[in-house]
Amino acid sequence: MSTLEIKNLHASVETPEGTKQILKGVDLTINSGETHAIMGPNGSGKSTLAYSLAGHPKYEITEGSVTLDGEDVLAMSVDERAKAGMFLAMQYPVEVPGVSVSNFLRTAKTAIDGEAPKLRTWVKDVKKSMDDLRMDSSFAERNVNEGFSGGEKKRHEILQMELLAPKIAVLDETDSGLDVDALRIVSEGVNRVKDNTGLGIMLITHYTRILKYIQPDFVHVFVNGQIAEQGGRELADRLEAEGYDRFLASA
Amino acid sequence: MTVTDHSRATADAAHTHGLGTPTPDASRADRPTSFEVDAFTVPTGREEEWRFSPTKALAPVFVDAAADGHLEWDVPELPAGVTLTEVSTADARERSVRAPGDRAAAVAAARAGGAMALTIAPNTVVDEPIQITLTGTGADVRGHLLVEAGASSEATVIIERRGTATYSEFVSVDLAENSGLNLVLLQLWDEDAVHAGEVVARLGRDSRLRGSVVTLGGKAVRLNTSAAFAGEGASVDLFGLYFADSGQHQEHQLFVDHAVPRCTSRVTYKGALAGKTARTVWIGDVLIRKEAEETDTYELNRNLVLTDGARADSVPNLEIETGEIAGAGHASATGRFDDEQMFYLRSRGISEDEARKLVVRGFFADLIQEIGVPTVEESLMKAIDLELEHVNEELAEEQA
Ligand SMILES: Nc1ncnc2c1ncn2[C@@H]1O[C@H](COP(=O)(O)OP(=O)(O)OP(=O)(O)O)[C@@H](O)[C@H]1O
Ligand SMILES: [Mg+2]
Repeated sequence: MSTLEIKNLHASVETPEGTKQILKGVDLTINSGETHAIMGPNGSGKSTLAYSLAGHPKYEITEGSVTLDGEDVLAMSVDERAKAGMFLAMQYPVEVPGVSVSNFLRTAKTAIDGEAPKLRTWVKDVKKSMDDLRMDSSFAERNVNEGFSGGEKKRHEILQMELLAPKIAVLDETDSGLDVDALRIVSEGVNRVKDNTGLGIMLITHYTRILKYIQPDFVHVFVNGQIAEQGGRELADRLEAEGYDRFLASA
Repeated sequence: MTVTDHSRATADAAHTHGLGTPTPDASRADRPTSFEVDAFTVPTGREEEWRFSPTKALAPVFVDAAADGHLEWDVPELPAGVTLTEVSTADARERSVRAPGDRAAAVAAARAGGAMALTIAPNTVVDEPIQITLTGTGADVRGHLLVEAGASSEATVIIERRGTATYSEFVSVDLAENSGLNLVLLQLWDEDAVHAGEVVARLGRDSRLRGSVVTLGGKAVRLNTSAAFAGEGASVDLFGLYFADSGQHQEHQLFVDHAVPRCTSRVTYKGALAGKTARTVWIGDVLIRKEAEETDTYELNRNLVLTDGARADSVPNLEIETGEIAGAGHASATGRFDDEQMFYLRSRGISEDEARKLVVRGFFADLIQEIGVPTVEESLMKAIDLELEHVNEELAEEQA
């Protein structure tokens, strides 16, 4: 049982026009086994929240705290956070030239576990996970994300999540840009990992479509750097029908 | 919409020439060659072939005078059929496959006081690599080398350069009919060495040259390699690996001259750069002459820039004078290992140093396997790891 606790989180970014405050006091607690959907308009700060949790150097935390099972996440370096059990599936996964997927996965697994995985079972695990995500085995020899289609990049993110088995995963628009088949495959992947490991999930999305496949326990409306309202699944349906106008007017 | 700035200094330019691509104005083949030093003026840096070169640092190698220093030769016991002999300046000229193509090489040939000739007798097949180490002891040195592979011979020759020197050299590589030569030139100099070399190879009918160049050390290293086909059915594979840190200039120029039909050439060079003033230059010229029907050629240069400020120039150039070719192409790409890539790898638990290692090792891995000498391959991976430790220390200092 793990708990990620975000309290009063403020974050800013340096822009040519000066410091820009993006997160303006985020409070959110995610426990193992829970799925929290975060929905909000473009530019409201959802990705900033995701990156801030992962420790992206561009974002400066100006106030607040983040703990994972009581440990101060904000004091950890980027790789320490991953080792502590945090995972971020990125909205725009990065291409890394010269590094094959298989080499990348093995290196990451070794870093997270503190020891190299047993070769036989590892090869089997990778193959199974790739099969389940309908990724052709040739991806293993390709360079990380290089020339991957949008959907292939997203599958690759979930592949990593499955193999690295984090405690808490943040999925930043993993569903965006996927066709219906890919959406189902990716969603099944997420559910499988959740069933197997009981991880807690922060699911950032614009569309309720994915919530047909992945049942959220909570839905949070994210507006202007804060959580403006929370509720259950029904809130998502209402957002889909009404949009965010109601929140934007008051913001 | 995007959160992160994905601007990457990635200049990807890969394309393949179809038939009948127009040739540029000045052909690479028009450059003069001569054993007379005075046939070449002292380069100023404004000349086409010197425009990227650090002519100031290279100045001593242009001086038409004998140098007092020498490299220490460490030569193993040579197998039967292989000899290393001293040759007079006049004989060395005779036995070179052609005259030097630039001033540094002309000075080297004229002022080396004769050449060393490594000769592999016809039909000799040597299984074990022949490894010769040349160590500089700080002085100015001129050198002229002949590597002669007799008809139907097979051998691997590794020439490793260490220590420090201001060294100019002219290396002639002669492959007789149906010979196979794997020639590995390792530039593992200390950080203050200066090295200007011209390597000229002539490939006889059905011969096979695998030429690898590895440049890790030295303050300024400029290697100009030419391979000319003299008989049909020959093939050349030229591989290059370089890694430049701050303060290093590493330049590799290549010229493959397809003058006869049915020959194959492959050029694959890869370089990594780290440190603000790291500088690399790659110029790859391939000429397919009118007579060279059914030529098959491809050249590739890739550079990986690890830190801000480092600069890699890459200039591929293909001249095609016949429409009857089997294939001709080139690709050149310079990619950056940037903060976003670093963040991505670290967000998967991989430490900063480990991330850099992963990227650089991955970048070079396939190339190193091509060298075809297991002992060299292993020591190269170690040498690259050492380079990386150096880079990591430098970056840690910068951050502190
Ligand atoms: N590195 C940056 N430099 C400048 N502005 C930034 C930077 N990162 C984020 N911002 C700005 O902060 C705001 C929040 O961006 P963020 O990407 O977090 O929004 P989002 O909710 O994820 O949007 P989307 O739904 O479009 O993905 C936007 O106005 C964005 O332009
Ligand atoms: Mg976003």
